[in-house]
Amino acid sequence: MSIPATPSTSDFAGVIALAEQIRNGDRTAVDVVEEHLARIDAGDPELHAFNLVTAESARAAAAIVDDQIAAGNPVGVLAGVPVALKDNLCTHGVETTCSSKILQGWKPPYSATVVDRLAAAGAITIGKTNLDEFAMGSSTENSAFGPTRNPHDPSRVPGGSSGGSAAAVAAGFAPFALGSDTGGSIRQPAALCGVVGVKPTYGTVSRYGLIAFASSLDQIGPFTHSVADAAVVLEAIGGHDPMDSTSLPQPFPPVSSVLDRGVEGLRIGRITDLPTGADDDVNGRLDAAFAAMEAAGATIVDVQVPAFTFGLTAYYIVAPAEASSNLSRFDGVRYGLRVDAPSTGEMMAASRAAGFGDEVKRRIMLGTYALSAGYYDAYYGKAQRIRTLIAQDFAKAYAQVDVLMTPTAPSEAFHFGDKGDNPLSMYLCDLYTIASNLAGHPGISVPYGVGDEGLPIGVQVLAPALGEPVMFQVAAELERLASK
Amino acid sequence: MTMTAEVPEAAAHDVDDDVDIVNGYELVVGLEVHVELATNTKMFSSSPNHFGDEPNTNIDPVTLGLPGALPVLNKAAVEHAIRIGLALNCEVQPSIFHRKNYFYPDLPKAYQISQYDIPMNIDGFLMLPDGKRIGIERAHMEEDTGKSTHVGGTGGRIHGSEHSLLDFNRCGVPLVEIVSRPDIRTSEQARMYVSELHDILIAIGASDAKMEEGSMRVDANVSVRKPGEPFGTRCEIKNVNSIRSVGRAIDYEMRRQIDLIEAGDTVIQQTRHWNETDGRTHTLRTKEDADDYRYFPEPDLVPIVPSAEWIEEIRESIPVLPAARRAHLSMVTGQPASGEAISVVTSRGQDEYVLAVAHLGGDAGRALIYVKEAFADGPDVPAADLAVLTRLEVDGKLSATQAKTVLAELVANNGGDAEAIAAAKGFEAMDSSALESVVDEAISADPAAWEKYRNGDQKAVGALVGRVMKATKGQADGKAVTAILQSRRDA
Repeated sequence: MSIPATPSTSDFAGVIALAEQIRNGDRTAVDVVEEHLARIDAGDPELHAFNLVTAESARAAAAIVDDQIAAGNPVGVLAGVPVALKDNLCTHGVETTCSSKILQGWKPPYSATVVDRLAAAGAITIGKTNLDEFAMGSSTENSAFGPTRNPHDPSRVPGGSSGGSAAAVAAGFAPFALGSDTGGSIRQPAALCGVVGVKPTYGTVSRYGLIAFASSLDQIGPFTHSVADAAVVLEAIGGHDPMDSTSLPQPFPPVSSVLDRGVEGLRIGRITDLPTGADDDVNGRLDAAFAAMEAAGATIVDVQVPAFTFGLTAYYIVAPAEASSNLSRFDGVRYGLRVDAPSTGEMMAASRAAGFGDEVKRRIMLGTYALSAGYYDAYYGKAQRIRTLIAQDFAKAYAQVDVLMTPTAPSEAFHFGDKGDNPLSMYLCDLYTIASNLAGHPGISVPYGVGDEGLPIGVQVLAPALGEPVMFQVAAELERLASK
Repeated sequence: MTMTAEVPEAAAHDVDDDVDIVNGYELVVGLEVHVELATNTKMFSSSPNHFGDEPNTNIDPVTLGLPGALPVLNKAAVEHAIRIGLALNCEVQPSIFHRKNYFYPDLPKAYQISQYDIPMNIDGFLMLPDGKRIGIERAHMEEDTGKSTHVGGTGGRIHGSEHSLLDFNRCGVPLVEIVSRPDIRTSEQARMYVSELHDILIAIGASDAKMEEGSMRVDANVSVRKPGEPFGTRCEIKNVNSIRSVGRAIDYEMRRQIDLIEAGDTVIQQTRHWNETDGRTHTLRTKEDADDYRYFPEPDLVPIVPSAEWIEEIRESIPVLPAARRAHLSMVTGQPASGEAISVVTSRGQDEYVLAVAHLGGDAGRALIYVKEAFADGPDVPAADLAVLTRLEVDGKLSATQAKTVLAELVANNGGDAEAIAAAKGFEAMDSSALESVVDEAISADPAAWEKYRNGDQKAVGALVGRVMKATKGQADGKAVTAILQSRRDA
């Protein structure tokens, strides 16, 4: 299936609208779920956004919501609203694979905190979405179960690693989805699929039950049709979780309440020493965004963030290093794939050789090397110092501006196989998103028109740690300007 | 308490002798002691920390390292760890956790969360009862692993086994690893160190420190050198499961290293396994096969930064430590603080009882001996009852032998009136003139033995004392009898 490029608005009802209709009794939750299941049935065989569609449990949950509403009981803010979950979020009793053969068939005995919070808010899980294996990639081509296709042009990738979640929202399979962002894995596919994607401040959304790629970088965030929807979802899933030691001891910053404030008087930074490499049409859309913002009353300020450009190299030390450790538990002993062999060590090696794909193996080797005795200081140690440097350079910039704007991704969605043989060119997809993961800062991608080939282009708004209110304030304005 | 088997025996050699020199070589030992902390729950999850349960019952997603599970540090474990540091005179500093990465079936995450270059407790010391000071390099927190049982093959080792069983109940139990400096110079000091550390851990309630259950585990780094030379190459001895084995394993390893050097060979740095049955150490792995643990800071946890107030609160909660308790008991009983009786009684936690007996008017010295000999734990006899008994004995109203008989009655009945028991048994204090006449009768009855004794044959004294005991139906005080015999001989 192919839908027209509708980069900044959607043909599909969003989270807030659906929740309201269901709560008001204008529509039943069952009806809403059936509508989405029908779209999945029609479209997903081609797009492959989902690894698993949980139709039966979704119908059952929707019926319960309808009963609650009929009985006049209070329901959660997301009651009856379907959600698609990236398949690296643990769901109790429901297969969770990370799109890897090594975890195929594994059913977690517990749910991620965000999954529990969504359920508590009344949201209905409609399925588990495809991803690059263990979230390692920028195109969803690295899934062991086959790639996801971009709803705007099925000959192209949806971006990644949360490509399934981005595509599911863009195709109307779910009004919102959750993904995880380690170096851009929410924002980049959001940009390529023409939806809103947010990576919140590190520590504002619990990682408990998110199968770790790189623990110090991973954050869970939403894909939605609108900035306002993203705000509602984050307020539902965010806030302190005692099960995650890195969770900040405070509620999620208030974002829904700031969306109408406009940008009058705000200072928006343009990074003059941003790494080059974005396509002209991408830069063109960014320039247009700055011009529109200025017209809307913001002040555009040129700033420098010299360390931004080192982000990619530091990331490809830190993330693989943590991944090499995080993924060591997949050893064939307790769960997942086991390839039998004469000794324990050989069994572990054979299971991992058969269970992991090439990109995962590449990063495990990179990370193992970077942490090895004698190399630690030169690689991991230095990469951590670069993280400090990036945070310092950001701090200097944020002394002058409220937010920064950059491209989200260097290009429109690319064709399958375009970067498959060249890991480095694939890694460059995250050129503009990685720095905020290294600093722990939030970032949001907002659709802002189309590129030369008629495909969505996203503009990224960056803010300092816990700067979500001003980030959402600007993002909401950007969204309004895009639809003008 | 059930640690009586592990109380050190009386030193076999002069403890003032600070070094063992064998064939001109000096022993150098540093000990790494792992202790499981006495918390209700595990280090990073709410599963029970409890020994001896059915396998794989105290588990949860965190314990099993299931994908997505995250560790949350147990505050009680931190408190115990700080308490250990303070009791060992360490500096308590802000610390962080690292991951120690290696593959092993009983390590479900394939990394152990441990402290590495920024440990919690540093630069302390432990005083041995003989006054020798052993430096403590560090006492850091880490999590325990699960337990593998290798079935088939020989000796329970993984090599050659047919299959292995895994029990994750122990996995994630909080540990503190206490690393001494290489200040230990004799195997006896090593035993004293472990024994003293054990008693301190019990006293502060940080661990039940049961070596037989593995809640206290000792690894010994052993090397030898000619005095004054740099340290020799060390070997790490594992599987040392009792205080007795600590001494045996170190003695064996010292001998093995000396023999190697004397034969012109060199000691190779390696990890060796102590085999209790054959009394030897065996190669486990050499330095070359050692894992590269790829330590890096644990990103799932935040630094531990205990406030000064909290540390002080913990410091104030630490009770009087065994060394001070021994000194007190020594003062009250007049016995040497490093002597066996005081060590044993303090180690069993019975010192308070002895002090109570003394406080109630009893004789502290006699009470110390009674408690050491008659009560492996407890005691269940009211201190007042024992006080009465000790008075009867020191006042000469009961002989030592009679007192022992009454003591046995008190033990059997969990107390009682010592005077009434003595009366019921017909014990009467035998005044010295009565005893003297019995002794004289014995001399007359066995003149040959008397002659031998007078000529310096000490063995002959036995025959004479035996006659007296027979005549008094065992109620005479053996010491008093010997004293009378001596005075007759020397007269």
